[in-house]
Amino acid sequence: MTMEPLKLDEYLSKRSYVNGYCFTYEDKALFEVVNKNISNYSACHHVVRWHKHIAKLSKPVKKQPPVVCKQDKIVLTDMSLDQTILNVLEKDGEIDSLGLASDQSVDHQKLIGAIKSLLALPGEYIKAEQKQVSCWELTGEGKSFVANGSYEYILFNSVPKEGILQKDLMKLPNAKIGFSKAMTLGWISIDKKAEGGPTVFRKVETAEDEVVKVLNNISEQKSVPDKVIQDVKKRKLISPVVTKFYKVTKGPGFSTTIQRPEADLTAEMLQDGSWKSKTFKDYNFAARGAPMTSGYLHPLLKVRAEYRRIFLDMGFSEMPTAQFVENGFWNFDALFQPQQHPARDAHDTFFISEPALTKEAKFPSDYLERVKTTHEKGGYGSTGYDYDWKVIEAQKNILRTHTTAVSARMLYKIAQQPEFKPVKMFSIDRVFRNETLDATHLAEFHQIEGVVADRNLNLGHLIGILHTFFKKLGIEKLKFKPAYNPYTEPSMEIFSYHEGLKKWVEIGNSGIFRPEMLLPMGLPADVNVIAWGLSLERPTMIKCGINNIRELIGPKVNLNMVQDFPICRVNKA
Amino acid sequence: MPTISVTRDILYERLGKTFTDDDFEDECFDFGIELDDIVEENNVVKFKIDIPANRYDLLCVEGLSRAMNVFRDRMVVPKFTVVPGQEKLIVDDSVSGVRPYCVAAVLRDMKFTEESYNSFILLQDKLHQNIGRERSLVSIGTHDLDTIQGPFTYQALAPEQIKFQPLNQDSVMTAPEMFEKFRQTYLKPYLQILEGKPLYPLITDANGVVLSLPPIINGEHSKITLDTKNVFIEVTACDRAKCRIVIDTICSMFSEYCSAPFTCESVTVESSSGSVLTPPMKYQTMECSAAQLCTKGGITGLTPDSVADHLTKMFLPSKAVGEQVTVEIGPTRHDILHQCDVEEDLAIAYGYNNITEQVPNLHTIGVEQEVNKLSDAIREELARAGFTEVLTFSLCSRDDISTSLRNGKALEEAVQIANPKSNEFQVVRTSLLPGILKTASCNRKMPLPLKLFEVSDVVFKSEDTETGSKNQRKICALFSGKTSGFEVVHGLLDRIMLSLSEKNYSIRASEESMFFTGRGADILLGTEKIGHLGILHPEVLENFDISLPCSVLEMSLEPFV
Repeated sequence: MTMEPLKLDEYLSKRSYVNGYCFTYEDKALFEVVNKNISNYSACHHVVRWHKHIAKLSKPVKKQPPVVCKQDKIVLTDMSLDQTILNVLEKDGEIDSLGLASDQSVDHQKLIGAIKSLLALPGEYIKAEQKQVSCWELTGEGKSFVANGSYEYILFNSVPKEGILQKDLMKLPNAKIGFSKAMTLGWISIDKKAEGGPTVFRKVETAEDEVVKVLNNISEQKSVPDKVIQDVKKRKLISPVVTKFYKVTKGPGFSTTIQRPEADLTAEMLQDGSWKSKTFKDYNFAARGAPMTSGYLHPLLKVRAEYRRIFLDMGFSEMPTAQFVENGFWNFDALFQPQQHPARDAHDTFFISEPALTKEAKFPSDYLERVKTTHEKGGYGSTGYDYDWKVIEAQKNILRTHTTAVSARMLYKIAQQPEFKPVKMFSIDRVFRNETLDATHLAEFHQIEGVVADRNLNLGHLIGILHTFFKKLGIEKLKFKPAYNPYTEPSMEIFSYHEGLKKWVEIGNSGIFRPEMLLPMGLPADVNVIAWGLSLERPTMIKCGINNIRELIGPKVNLNMVQDFPICRVNKA
Repeated sequence: MPTISVTRDILYERLGKTFTDDDFEDECFDFGIELDDIVEENNVVKFKIDIPANRYDLLCVEGLSRAMNVFRDRMVVPKFTVVPGQEKLIVDDSVSGVRPYCVAAVLRDMKFTEESYNSFILLQDKLHQNIGRERSLVSIGTHDLDTIQGPFTYQALAPEQIKFQPLNQDSVMTAPEMFEKFRQTYLKPYLQILEGKPLYPLITDANGVVLSLPPIINGEHSKITLDTKNVFIEVTACDRAKCRIVIDTICSMFSEYCSAPFTCESVTVESSSGSVLTPPMKYQTMECSAAQLCTKGGITGLTPDSVADHLTKMFLPSKAVGEQVTVEIGPTRHDILHQCDVEEDLAIAYGYNNITEQVPNLHTIGVEQEVNKLSDAIREELARAGFTEVLTFSLCSRDDISTSLRNGKALEEAVQIANPKSNEFQVVRTSLLPGILKTASCNRKMPLPLKLFEVSDVVFKSEDTETGSKNQRKICALFSGKTSGFEVVHGLLDRIMLSLSEKNYSIRASEESMFFTGRGADILLGTEKIGHLGILHPEVLENFDISLPCSVLEMSLEPFV
């Protein structure tokens, strides 16, 4: 916000408060600053108006309720001035606003405001005709003449009786103009052949400074012949000033009692029936309605609700993901992700220093042994990774890097049932990556995950279910790209055609979990598990045209965005 | 996912075809690689191509074009052969504590061009970065065999005993001197792999000439040039499987330029555990039922012969015998661990987008988690009560939950992060308040009063769970305006309890230091404390840069789930 008086004045000319129609912190902050230097703003009507108002708000007000958010504009009419105008009109039949202002010793602008407000009343109380008078005002030079005398007068007075060398005389300021004027007026003469060089002599004893007299007359608004005016105007000693004023006469509906039209229909009017005789102001239909005071849900969570509903519609059950802290075992090892995989690096994963480790005894020991063997030597048809698997890596607590850690726990649980029952599961919850942050990446985001476990599922089923899922999101055109994922094989990246961007964009990842993940859990060999995942933030950002993720989540989010966010229907463009 | 940079025209020349950018992008898409970017460097058009992280055989233009040519039926999968060589490498037991594995190979009668030489260097770089995990697991040294003399020795020595002229340096120096010097160079990140170790690994020839100090630097003496004919390759590692993969990859990629293409020469590696010939360049076969291979892809209508043809296109030479398919897995396909990897390749060759979609015939009823169902219902109630929802981060600084809230004890129960990149991620929050206060502080332009809420998880240490920590669902609400608004958050508490049909609650004066003296209260459910509410202490407001009074309510939702 600029503190430059004129700019601030212009800014406030259109607003009741710094942020429009409501009192905010910023009014308070600005008030402190302006209040210290209020004298600088004396010429700024709007700043003064705002300052007075905020000052009032800042004082404890006893009678008024502590409501600081007011939507009504303050109407700046001065009732007594209106009345004065009407009374004078009644008496004199005609008013000239300039004259009345000086008679009543009121500010002319204030008077014009009162006239305008009378004009705005329905019923034509008065008629007003705008006129203008031009008068003359002394310029800076003109004022210096009045103070010090004209150049020619000063020059004349500098000529002594015995005369003066021209070259000395010309050293005076503005001597050139003064010399030629004094010559024309016949005040001085010059002897060019005098001894010692051209010498100037007085031609008259004394001189009258006529120009200054004229200027004085002009500034006192005395009448001055036109020719004289033109002379001084030519010398740029005066400049014209135009003053606008109104000539006011009675209107057809003139009366000295003002009947103001009502702004609103009130309960009293209904009770006493006065609405029948009242006039009402025109309503401004172009204005916005009053803003609602209401509560709001966060946009991203509104989108989350849509995704949840889609999963529930499709018969998916929600997985218990309220568990941000995981260990390496469920987050990586159970998924057949080798211990030297870059995702397990400190550059990508948040490790926990307190509580740093999961106790080894907390893992199912036979399953742990099977996982270890599968990593080291393979089994279940796999060659394994041929490295020394260390339980300490599995024990390390981390912030989960994906919700698939929870899917793995659920699948293990399913495998422990006496008889396998097919399932459809989903989750939408936070995951954490120790990544480099930029406009689209934060250290935490929401992962959406869908998992189906059934006998003999194949890629065709995965493609089928992805089409069903994305159709519910309003996305019809999909294609699939082969990809690599440590725990799914086959793996497919999901691309959708973005009509706005006119290109295929990656929207998620999917695949069939590897046998090296499922078989050690104890799932039957013919059970395949298909899964897909996407982030909640990315599609929301694309949909809403938000380029910086910090505008969507986190403390820096603009709450206006939250409040203005439309109803979320993800299947509608 | 590694990204490689290849010169477009060289790639097209190798592919025997010029594509439009879009056509090439489609070609990549179906093959499972991604044309990420097209850039112009010194008037040469380069493609930046994303390669799947387990396909080390596609990390150079040689391997990439070979695989794509085979995929496009322009080339037959070459047979890689190893001929016995005379060179020997002795691995001393001293390396076991620092970098235990070492293998070697010789590429004989090579002919480098500037392009192939650069590609050779770039491949080593890519292998170092990816499978080598920035050289920590695997590193490669390549040498001009004609400048050195076997047998070679791989041993570990005290740093002070190591003295040679490193690559691209003017003088002979000791290992500590090198490390001092390299600290200012691009080698800096690798120094920590050895620093602090009592012994450093070193490869020398029969005359004591140093080939390399892995994984830091090679010797100047044996460096390869464009004129090098015979290349000695050594790979040292902390992981034996990755060691094999790397040497196989280099040999299979660059034996193309030997006088006998796709042939390399073995080196005898002797150690206390015996003697082996490297590179392994092993071929394995996998016998699979053709029908079974098709099942996972959901592929129908392929004969066993057709299955074999599809797999051959994926650099997996295969033959059908009756209903069975014999798949040959060569030294370029170390990514094949299981039959499922072959099944994926079949699906890729068949085309993911040609697979018939089917919807699983599985009828289930969706069930929500109660805690989420209840949270959503409460969120709706809070919004209806005129509060605006915020969404803030689970991670925050230690100060945010402790000193800023005048609650030093909070850290005792908080989960702490070992490796935060900034102080914004030091702990997992134990309270929703810091996030909500920061939001209020960032939104000074909003009309007053501000009424905010969040329903989300915080995390506490807990003895009763597997990981030693536990999420807790919390409700937090804030009122901020010209007045403190205590009665507003108190009213909200009544509203919440009413909506939960809970009558057995009360509030009791609390001494918690985050509240203004005498203006804080505990929320009790029966006799159990489940939260608190009150007017925040002015110091707390100051810590969050807030200049208006605030009242807050924070309580656990868990008892009501």
